[in-house]
Amino acid sequence: MKLLTMREAVSRYVHDGDLVAIEGFTALICSAAAHEILRQGRRDLALCRMTPDVVYDQMVAAGCARKLIFSYLGNPGVGPLHCIRRAVEKGDPQPLEVEEYSHFGMVARYTAGAAKLPFFPLRSYIGADQPRVNPAIRFVASPYGEGSVAVVPPLNPDVAILHAQRADASGNTQLWGLLGVQKEVAFAAQRVIVVVEEIVDEAVIRSDPNRTVIPGLVVHAVVHQPYGAHPSYAQGYYDRDNQFYLEWDRISRDPAETRAWLDEWVYGVADWPAYLAKLAAREPAIWGRLAPGEALSRPVNYGVYG
Amino acid sequence: MDYTPTEIMITSSARALAGERVVFVGVGLPNIACNLARRTVAPDLELVYESGVFGARPARLPLSIGDPALVSGATSVCSMADLFMNYLQGGRIEVAFLGGAQIDRYGNLNTTVIGDYQHPKVRLPGSGGACEIAIHARRIFIIMRLTKRAFVERVDFITSPGHLAGGPDARAAHGIPGHGPQIVVTDKAILRFDRQTGEMVLASVHPGVSVADVQAEVGWPLVVADDLSVTEAPTAAELRLIREELDAAGAYL
Repeated sequence: MKLLTMREAVSRYVHDGDLVAIEGFTALICSAAAHEILRQGRRDLALCRMTPDVVYDQMVAAGCARKLIFSYLGNPGVGPLHCIRRAVEKGDPQPLEVEEYSHFGMVARYTAGAAKLPFFPLRSYIGADQPRVNPAIRFVASPYGEGSVAVVPPLNPDVAILHAQRADASGNTQLWGLLGVQKEVAFAAQRVIVVVEEIVDEAVIRSDPNRTVIPGLVVHAVVHQPYGAHPSYAQGYYDRDNQFYLEWDRISRDPAETRAWLDEWVYGVADWPAYLAKLAAREPAIWGRLAPGEALSRPVNYGVYG
Repeated sequence: MDYTPTEIMITSSARALAGERVVFVGVGLPNIACNLARRTVAPDLELVYESGVFGARPARLPLSIGDPALVSGATSVCSMADLFMNYLQGGRIEVAFLGGAQIDRYGNLNTTVIGDYQHPKVRLPGSGGACEIAIHARRIFIIMRLTKRAFVERVDFITSPGHLAGGPDARAAHGIPGHGPQIVVTDKAILRFDRQTGEMVLASVHPGVSVADVQAEVGWPLVVADDLSVTEAPTAAELRLIREELDAAGAYL
């Protein structure tokens, strides 16, 4: 049985010292799992993600991370990530080792990790300074005599936590909208937790197999957690809460305010449903404000054969 | 007609896209400029976002390059592996917009750190997709505000290569497929790049701006084009589109 509560899933599959990937490119970023990791007091984590945003900013501020592997640090559409900047520039609350690539480099690393390749070639970093500060980025001669090409090593997280719209109880997971690197990370990781807006019957999955991005084959735990990506979004379920990203910019500028926010919204609640109840108490109309309306795709005919 | 320095940056960038077909869009000003171009000088323009969207038709101004409004109604939404390998590295992108905290005379851009990498004075966002965009898009258009802090003799870190150390075919000699930076649109002037030297050249000053005003914000002796002109001011129609449709909330202006 893969259906677990978030508490069970994090307790069983996320360990101190792990390399953890909570992926999602602006969309489908699982804050619910990140907050549970903090509540359970995981330490000494290496965090990887193409675009660390507010949720990794919160994790770094909470002091659970020793290292960050990434390609873009920012609060998208707003500005810098103040907590991560404090950690990198001043070692506050603790030093943070960084290992940095470009987006294509991270995509290539996960792809190599998923396919069990020793490296992945890409035409990038030519004339740039990244290889100078990151010895893992190298150039190799093409064996076919077309000059050299950059290579990056595989990235295999100990655990990947991926949010999605829906899955069945076996972890066959369908997602749509921005796909990011969710599939590559799922195949690259040793353990995979998927967190979904809806648990659906296996027949729903089988009615549209092209939409199954992550097969249950690679999934260890399925957690049903509606709105688990707030303030990020799930395409067709709820919009991005852009107000929160602006609010975080203000809160995170000040270490004391950041600490107070974590105490109130992470450590001060029992679980994600309690966080959601607190959000709704503050703004009763929140899910109306973030409702995306309806734009249905036209069904396709897969056919009946035999 | 009154307009802001930001508005002339937007209209100048949009006009530079005349006749283009495929543009890689960044968020912020490039986003407004590309949407303006699609409604004016480049009606067939396909908007590509690094988040994996091809042929976006956003119904609202996206607040980030991962905005859900980019997905609904798009021609195609693909994985980032597809986007970087097949669209970008495959050579399908004609123009891409970039910017940065620092730029040098050859259009090399820094979005990584101010100061020493190991002990940065300011830790900036890093590359994102900029490094490979700078390498693969056929042409790079740059939008940046003109300040002495940004237009420097030497960037602290090359995140995205421009014309490297200058000279003819500097990029080709390194095996870089794209042609590199073509234009820098600022709030005071437009600069282009000399084909022989790879160096930035002052091509036009915005109305009311002098060459001295521009030089005062550039950290090296600026080459001025023989045919220096005055940038055409935004038209009433362009300003109406920007103010009433593309950024009615005034988020960027």
